[in-house]
Amino acid sequence: MANDVLTPEVAHHTEHHHHKETFWTKYVFSMDHKMIARQFLITGIVMGTIGMLMSILFRLQLAWPEQPFPILKFFLGKWASEGVMDPSMYLALVTIHGTIMVFFVLTAGLSGTFSNLLIPLQIGARDMASGFLNMLSYWFFFASSLVMVISLFVPDGPAAAGWTVYPPLSALPQAMPGSGTGMTLWLVSMTLFIVSSLLGGINYIVTVLNMRTKGMSMTRLPLTIWAFFVTAILGVLSFPVLLSAALLLLFDRSLGTSFYLSDIMIQGEVLSNTGGSPILYEHLFWFLGHPEVYIILLPALGITSEVISTMSRKPIFGYRAMVGSILAIAFLSFIVWGHHMFVTGMNPFLGSVFTFTTLLIAIPSAVKAFNYLTTLWKGNLQFSPAMLFSIGLVSTFITGGLTGIILGNSALDINVHDTYFVVAHFHIVMGLSAIFGMFAGIYHWFPKLFTRMMNRKLGYWHFWLTFISAYGVFFPMHFLGMSGLPRRYYTNTAFPMFDNLADINVVISVFAIAGGIAQLIFFYNFIYSAFRGPKAPQNPWKSNTLEWTTPVEHIHGNWPGEIPTVHRWAYDYSKPGAPEDFVPQTVPLSDEEKNTFHN
Amino acid sequence: MATQTITSEQNKNVWGGGNEPFGASYGKLMMWFFLLSDALTFSGFLTAYGLIRFRFSDVWPVPESVFTHFPGLEGDHPLLYVALMTFILIMSSVTMVLAVNAGHHMKKDKVTLWLLLTIVGGFIFLGSQAWEWYHFIKGEHGSVKVENHVYYIADENGHRVSLAQLVHGIEHAHHGDHHEKFTDSQVISAFLANKDMRLKDPGKVGKTYSRSESESLIKKSSVVQGANLKENEYGHTLFANFFFFITGFHGFHVFSGVVINIVIFANVLLGTYERRGHYEMVEKVGLYWHFVDLVWVFVFTFFYLV
Repeated sequence: MANDVLTPEVAHHTEHHHHKETFWTKYVFSMDHKMIARQFLITGIVMGTIGMLMSILFRLQLAWPEQPFPILKFFLGKWASEGVMDPSMYLALVTIHGTIMVFFVLTAGLSGTFSNLLIPLQIGARDMASGFLNMLSYWFFFASSLVMVISLFVPDGPAAAGWTVYPPLSALPQAMPGSGTGMTLWLVSMTLFIVSSLLGGINYIVTVLNMRTKGMSMTRLPLTIWAFFVTAILGVLSFPVLLSAALLLLFDRSLGTSFYLSDIMIQGEVLSNTGGSPILYEHLFWFLGHPEVYIILLPALGITSEVISTMSRKPIFGYRAMVGSILAIAFLSFIVWGHHMFVTGMNPFLGSVFTFTTLLIAIPSAVKAFNYLTTLWKGNLQFSPAMLFSIGLVSTFITGGLTGIILGNSALDINVHDTYFVVAHFHIVMGLSAIFGMFAGIYHWFPKLFTRMMNRKLGYWHFWLTFISAYGVFFPMHFLGMSGLPRRYYTNTAFPMFDNLADINVVISVFAIAGGIAQLIFFYNFIYSAFRGPKAPQNPWKSNTLEWTTPVEHIHGNWPGEIPTVHRWAYDYSKPGAPEDFVPQTVPLSDEEKNTFHN
Repeated sequence: MATQTITSEQNKNVWGGGNEPFGASYGKLMMWFFLLSDALTFSGFLTAYGLIRFRFSDVWPVPESVFTHFPGLEGDHPLLYVALMTFILIMSSVTMVLAVNAGHHMKKDKVTLWLLLTIVGGFIFLGSQAWEWYHFIKGEHGSVKVENHVYYIADENGHRVSLAQLVHGIEHAHHGDHHEKFTDSQVISAFLANKDMRLKDPGKVGKTYSRSESESLIKKSSVVQGANLKENEYGHTLFANFFFFITGFHGFHVFSGVVINIVIFANVLLGTYERRGHYEMVEKVGLYWHFVDLVWVFVFTFFYLV
C-alpha cells in the first residue's frame, strides 16, 4: 500500500483486503452479507422450482385422475410406472411441496435474501453483526435443503404425512411408505433448518439494534427493516417450540417413547404405547405454525411498503400505524394457534377465545391494507414490475384476508375445515402475497443484488401471466371447498357427489400449468439480466433509502468512505419545496423543516 | 427551545443510531436472544409435561417415593440427593458470578480459580445425574402391569411391598438390597399364596384394590422391574419418558456448558483475554451457565417438588 492518506474508516476497511480473496472465500464461504443474500436467493429459487414442479405433477393427477402421462413417468420413475401417479407418491408430493414452499422458499428464500441484503445496507452498517454466524446460517440452510432433496430419492419415497407431519402417521415408521427413511430425513432437514433460522434471526435482531448508523433512530428505519426485525423476533421465539415438537417426535419414532402415541393398532399389531396425545403435537406445532405465517408474510409486507411508497412518489401513509400494526400482528400471532385445531375436540369456550383473538388480527391487517391504498391514492404511480407485484400483493392480501375472517370463526370453520376452501385461503393470503412480495423485492433490488437492471417488458409479461393464473388456480378452489371437497385426497372420482366439480379441477390445473410456464419468463429474465442486463445506475428508482448511496459494484464494507449519517425518515417523497421529488435520508434537515414536525 | 434540542439529542444517544442502545455488545445481545429462544424450547417440553401430567394426575408417581436414594446412606431419603445436586449447581452459578466479577477487574488468577470451581461443580452435577439415572433405571421395589397399567404390590394396609419381600417374605432383608430378577409366575404364585397382599395404584391417591379384584388382576399381569422408555415400575410410562427426556436435554445443556467453560478456561490460562483487554467471553458463557441453572430450578420444581 502506498502512502495514501486514509481516513481511519477507510484504513480499517482496507484491512479486510489483506487476505487475497479466492474463489472459495468470495463465492462459497463468503461472510459478506450481499453474497450470502444471493446464495439464499438462488437456493430459494432452486427449491421453489422443485416445489412448483411438484404442484404441477399432482395437479395433473387431480384434473385427469389416473390417466397416464409420460411426464409423470419421466419425473417419478417407479412411482408412476404406467405413467399413472402412485397414491403414496401423491401424498409425498403434496407434503414436500408444502414443506419446501413454506420453509425453504418463503421463509429462508424470502427472509434470508432480503434481511441479509437490506438490513446492513438500509441501516448503514458495513455488514451483519457477525459475518461468521451469517455464513453458518446459510450453510445450515444449504445442508437442510440438501437433506430435503436427498429425501426425495430414498427407496420408500419422501415424507408423506402432510407438511404439518402430524403423528401418528409421522411417528410410526411402519405407518406408510413415506413414514420411513423419508420422514427421518425430513426431521433431520428441519432440525438443520431451525438452527439456520436461529443463527440468522439473532444476527438480524442484533444488527438492527446495535449497528444502525448515526441518526438512524428506530423511528427513521424504513418499514422493510421493521418488518425484517419483527420477523426475526418471531422466528427466534417460535422455531424453538417446533424444535421441541420435532425432538419429542424423533424420540417417539426412534426410541419407543409415547409422547404422542396411545392405543394404536397397526397392521394387526397392538402397540404398547399408552397415554400420549397427538393433539399435544398439534399444539406445539401450531404454536410455531401460526407465527410462521407472519414470518412469511411480514417481510413481503415490508417490501411492499417500501416499493409502494417509492413508486407512488408519496410518503408512506401512517408510518407509525404501520409499525404499530406490524408489532400488533406479531404479538397476536402467538395467541391464535388454536384456530388451526377447531375440530380436535377443543372445548367450545376455548374455541371462542381463539376465534376472538384471531378476528382481532383483522384490525392491524386492515390498517396495513388501507395504508397501502391511501399511499397509492393520487400518487404519481410508476408502474415498474416491482410496483405491479406490490399492488398484486395488496390485492391477494385483501382477498385472502377476507376468507381468513370466515375461517377464523370456529362456527364457520368447522364446516369447511380441511376442504379446498382452506387451501384457497392460505395459498392466496400467505403463498401468493409472500411470493408476490418476493418478486417485488427481486425486481426492485435486482440492481443491488446483481448490479444490473432486469428487463421491464419481460417483467410485465411475468406479472400479468402470474397474477391471472394465480387467481385462476386459487379462486375456483373456494367453490370446491364450499361444496365440501376435501383437501389431500388422491382422487375425487370415488365420490359421485363431487363429479360435477371435475371441470373446475381441470380449469385449476390448466391455470397451474400456465402459471408454471410464466415462471420461465422470470428465469430467463433473471439469468440473462444477471449477466447481460444493462448496468444499473446509482439510484434507479430515485429512492431515499441508504442502500442507493453505496457504489453499484459490490465492495466489502458497503461504503468506500465513511458511513453516511442519517438526518430524516425514509419517506420524504414529493416534498413541497424540495428540488427533486425525493429527499434521501442523508440530506440534512433544512431550517424550515427543523421548525416543523418531522420524523 | 435550546433545552428542548438538548433533550432530543440525549434521546437520540440511546436509540438514535450509532451506538448500542442496551449498552451491550452485539455478542452479548446475541447470547441473550439465543437464551430466549432456548427458554422457549424448554417451555415447550415443560408444557407438554404439564399437559400429560394433569391428564394422569390420579396415577402419576409421587416423586418423593421415586427418588429416595442417597449414596452411602441406608433407607429412604426423599429428594435429599437431588436437593444436594441442585445446591451444587446453584453454587456453581455463584462461582461463575465471582469469575465474571474478577474478569471485570482483570484479575487473571481469580478468574482461573472461580472458573475452575464452576467446571468442577458442573462435573459433580453431571456425575450425580448419571448416578440418579442409574438408580432410576435399575428400579427398587418392582411392580406388575396389566395392559400398560402399572400396579404396586401392597399389604392390606396399603403399605408398599417390594417384589423381593413378596417372594422371599416380608422380613427377608431390606428391600432394594439386591436386584434379583423375578419371573411372572414366581410373582403371581407368591401373590396368590399370601392372602395379605393387595394391588395398589401408583400416585398420591393410590387406590388399593380388594383382594378379589387383586387376584383377578394379578393373574393377567407381568412383572416390571426398573424403568426405561417403554415401561416403568414407578407408574405411568410417560413419567419415565419425560424424566429421561427433560433431565437428559437439560443434562446435555450442562454438558455443553462444561465443555464451553473448559474452552474458555484454557483461553484464560493462555492469556487470550488479557491480550484482548477484557474478559467479555467469560461474561457471555456466564450468561449461558446461569440460564442452564435457572432451567434446572424449573425442572426441579415441576418434576420433583410439585
